[in-house]
Amino acid sequence: MPGTRGPVPVPVQNGDGDLTLQILQAVNEHDIVKSADTFPNTSQTVIKAALDRLASRSMIEYDTKDSEEVRLTDEGQQIVAEGSHEYKVWDAVRQAGRLSLKDPVLATAAAKAGQGKAFKNKWVKKDGDALVPLTDAVTDTTRDDLQYVADHRAVRRADDLKELRKRTLVTTLKVIAYEARKGPKWALEIPVEVTDLTADMLADGSWEKATFKPYNFKALGEQSPGTGALHPLNKVREEFRKIFFNLGFTEMPTGRFVDTGFWNFDALFVPQQHPARDLQDTFYVSDPAEAGPPGPDPEADAALAAMEEEDRDEESSNQPLTAPPTRTLDYAQYYQNVRSVHQDGAFGSIGYRYPYTDAETRRLVLRTHTTAVSTYCLHRLAAHPRPCKYFSIDRVFRNETVDATHLAEFHQVEGVIADYALTLGGLQGFLRRFFKKMGLVGLKFKPAYNPYTEPSMEVFAWHQGLGKLVEIGNSGMFRPEMLLAMGLPEDLRVYGFGLSLERPTMIKYGIDNIRELLGHKVDLGFIERNAAVRLDKA
Amino acid sequence: MPTISVDKTELYKALGKDYSRDEFDELCFEFGIELDEDTTGREEPAQLKIEIPANRYDMLCFEGIALNLNVFLGRQAMPTYTLKPPPGGALETVTVSPATAAVRPYFSCAILRGVQFTPARYASFIALQDKLHANLARQRSLVAIGTHDLDTLQGPFSYEALPPDQIRFAPLNQTRAMTATEMMGFYEKDKHLARYLPIIRDSPVYPVIYDANRTVLSLPPIINGNHSKLTLATTNIFIDITATDKTKLEIVTHILVAMFSQYCADPFTIEPVRILSPHNTESRTSPDLTPRTTHASAAYINSITGLSLPRTTITTLLKKMCYHATPSPTSPDTLDVAIPITRADVLHEADIMEDAAIAYGFNKLPRAFPATKAAAAAALPINKLADIVRLESAMAGWAEVMPLTLCSLDENYQWLNKSPPSSSEQQKPIRLQNPKTAEYQIVRTSLLPGLLKTLRENKHHAVPMRIFEVGDVAFQDARLERRSRNERHFAAAWYGKQAGFEMVHGLLDRVMMMLRVGFVARGGEGKGEGGEGYWIEEVEDATYLAGHAAAIYLQLAGRKAQKIGTFGILHPSVLKAFELPFPASTLELNVEVFL
Repeated sequence: MPGTRGPVPVPVQNGDGDLTLQILQAVNEHDIVKSADTFPNTSQTVIKAALDRLASRSMIEYDTKDSEEVRLTDEGQQIVAEGSHEYKVWDAVRQAGRLSLKDPVLATAAAKAGQGKAFKNKWVKKDGDALVPLTDAVTDTTRDDLQYVADHRAVRRADDLKELRKRTLVTTLKVIAYEARKGPKWALEIPVEVTDLTADMLADGSWEKATFKPYNFKALGEQSPGTGALHPLNKVREEFRKIFFNLGFTEMPTGRFVDTGFWNFDALFVPQQHPARDLQDTFYVSDPAEAGPPGPDPEADAALAAMEEEDRDEESSNQPLTAPPTRTLDYAQYYQNVRSVHQDGAFGSIGYRYPYTDAETRRLVLRTHTTAVSTYCLHRLAAHPRPCKYFSIDRVFRNETVDATHLAEFHQVEGVIADYALTLGGLQGFLRRFFKKMGLVGLKFKPAYNPYTEPSMEVFAWHQGLGKLVEIGNSGMFRPEMLLAMGLPEDLRVYGFGLSLERPTMIKYGIDNIRELLGHKVDLGFIERNAAVRLDKA
Repeated sequence: MPTISVDKTELYKALGKDYSRDEFDELCFEFGIELDEDTTGREEPAQLKIEIPANRYDMLCFEGIALNLNVFLGRQAMPTYTLKPPPGGALETVTVSPATAAVRPYFSCAILRGVQFTPARYASFIALQDKLHANLARQRSLVAIGTHDLDTLQGPFSYEALPPDQIRFAPLNQTRAMTATEMMGFYEKDKHLARYLPIIRDSPVYPVIYDANRTVLSLPPIINGNHSKLTLATTNIFIDITATDKTKLEIVTHILVAMFSQYCADPFTIEPVRILSPHNTESRTSPDLTPRTTHASAAYINSITGLSLPRTTITTLLKKMCYHATPSPTSPDTLDVAIPITRADVLHEADIMEDAAIAYGFNKLPRAFPATKAAAAAALPINKLADIVRLESAMAGWAEVMPLTLCSLDENYQWLNKSPPSSSEQQKPIRLQNPKTAEYQIVRTSLLPGLLKTLRENKHHAVPMRIFEVGDVAFQDARLERRSRNERHFAAAWYGKQAGFEMVHGLLDRVMMMLRVGFVARGGEGKGEGGEGYWIEEVEDATYLAGHAAAIYLQLAGRKAQKIGTFGILHPSVLKAFELPFPASTLELNVEVFL
């Protein structure tokens, strides 16, 4: 709405320009000006606007006085003009000398009310079926009292008010009046005002004498023109990435929505009959029809190598002395290892002991978790086993029925730490620090089941608002069946932990429908107005 | 994860304590199950709905939950399950016909004698079979269970496979006898059984179990016979189990007998049955109740838990998790561990280690931040690049959106006046086999449908709207293992009273400037002399209004010039398809070329 932002426009041209001038003149003449006296017929809002205009420039100061005024009703005004009802009865009787009760003059409602009062005042009396006067002269006190009200906007005697109101001759009215006087910048005229400091004013020096139009500090400022915005979910993602970088993690190459049954499930020791592999839960790809055998992904390898190169010097000094010599990755052997650990048992495991199907490993799926990527990176680590920290935040797919908390796609935040002699308490200690950076404290860990981690722990944090522990993520240590099949050394242990990007975002912003956060149904206004993400602030 | 409903009063009675909600929550939390719901006040008798980890088949019923918690709390020792042959010593026998190999090759069975059913125990027995069928048995496809009143039957028994027309009996709760072929029609519309029919329907022979009088016990995995129906009065139970998966067959057998032998006249005893199955060398006495024995290293357990517990303490911890562990007399670090038949989830020493940690208490373990020195804090190059484009676009006044990556074929092609590439072309889309809705048929190959749908859903917003996305599209790629690849794209859309062609053009210029790619005015691809840069050329593209579409070309040092994207005023038919009443201009280009 124009006028609600920025400086108040100067009302030079509009109708009440005269009023501000009149106020200034009145104050000049009388020092103290009571609005009710000087401008009795100007509405209170108009007066106030004019006074504010002057007061905001400190030309005048004013006080507000609340008072109650008594005003005549129409009937009251009529009485002041023509006399009270009882007076009019008496006057008619006096002029007629004797007035029949059936005379039309006495038939009005007012005349009937007046008769009673005239009897009471002993001005007239009944004589048979007519009225006769008792006196030649009367004092019409009702009219006099009302005349006083008209003159003073108050009753003569406080006790009368109730009676007069009851007779609906007067009403009361709450009145706001103002008392104005000269202010610190008193002047008889409103000076020419400028709305802003301009280059011209700086150039000619006129800014020094200029009077600046007062700023309306109660209104919002002008919206920045053409404000861009980042998506709230990506803002949260960026905070997570900062936390990971801060903790020394390398970002994994997640640029493959399509993955194979092998990488997405088998390599993670998820049995081929696991419910997660059902058509009900996983999107399978019909075209292209089938994957190739497991092998190196040159694009991912190049990205990882480029990132490792950034820290190569440092890394070589960190290599444990026990690091085995670098070896070439044998994907065919890896595949056989995975097959035997599922079907026959291997690496100290009795395995799942079911007939392993090669076709299942070749089925293409939309990855159900980014752990498929972590698996690839961990297998790659077998060429040169060493401590490392990897993370990723990217999209994953589940064949869910869409509702307020489920979408067919969402983002997974995942971290992996490989090192020698890792302990379970170390994972807890790590997660304590990780989540503290998001303002989540009081972590508790619950035993859980996950096919590829053992131990597995659900991570809970105390939620102040809900007053209970809420699940904030999943974690565990990858199973030996998974790591040893890759060819990683037995003493290299690997933590894994993950959470969805959407859930903490929804908790943070109090969103209860995931469709308001991800997808084309998200309100653009929400994106534009969403505050900056400060995970560590409650 | 399965959720099991148990009678609250009965469970607390079995646990010997009237738990408060908080106390029971705490117990569940420490053990690793979850109290989902307490129906107190809403249901009589009040039920506790408890979530069980998917691999704990031994906790799929009241008996298993009570047993495991009681052992965990130290209120009960893990029972020893023993075989008890009948008084005469002669075992019942089941002969497995070689014909079963063609349809459902594995068979197992057991007898429970002198069982005392109550309505609650009976219901639990039925519910456990349902849970096992649904979870471990993958809707009976891997394993199917039949339970019978043994006193109505006469051994010896046989497990056969016959053509369906030769199998004839009255199925459970029916009085009329019908052939197996008729049954397929009879149960086609049955909301409970219809889903199991396809498991055997097309097989030339159906699996069937007979007693000595040719009474049908079961037609697995579909239905039992009515003749041997289990009732509350049944005391001697014959359990038949058939399977296509031998491992799961044994697991199911173990769970059933372990959970319900406690109600036998002689608790925790099971009567064995002789199975004659020489054709596949599966002849044996069933069930085998021998605990699996293995070893665990105390050093290994201590090393991962970060503790230094003596072996005796570890054996005590393991006892709480149903193991029988003893320090090895021959090796100073080794524990000899016997794993009871109920714990089919234990595959590796790691599982034993985890159980020791649970018994110790996850939340009592010493927590310390790990001193991992690996510290290559590095961003993925494509994400680094994408972030530059994202931030610059937002700073230029455009709002970022995040539509979905799955879309319909029409949205991706027809609505943009394109057709899906034919088989010979590159850029074929990835098609989904089993989406639940037509909204998700393919992985997008363009960011435009998502942007245009976002505009469509935001018509209440003031115009102009300026939106962008930097995200992945995907294409088929026969050269790669996954037969597909992602490609990072950048796209933007302007939508308002005017088409805004020069607005998306200006955004392109701005992003190029930020990527340090200069504008070069050039006649066409490959023409002109050297120098890096980008240029645009008018292009015919059905997505755009004729004469208002441009192709974007890029030449980087040492590389061939290539077309990296297009922009233009959308064709009115595209606007109509996406239900957009105002004009719009869009821009889309491949970001990966800047890597």
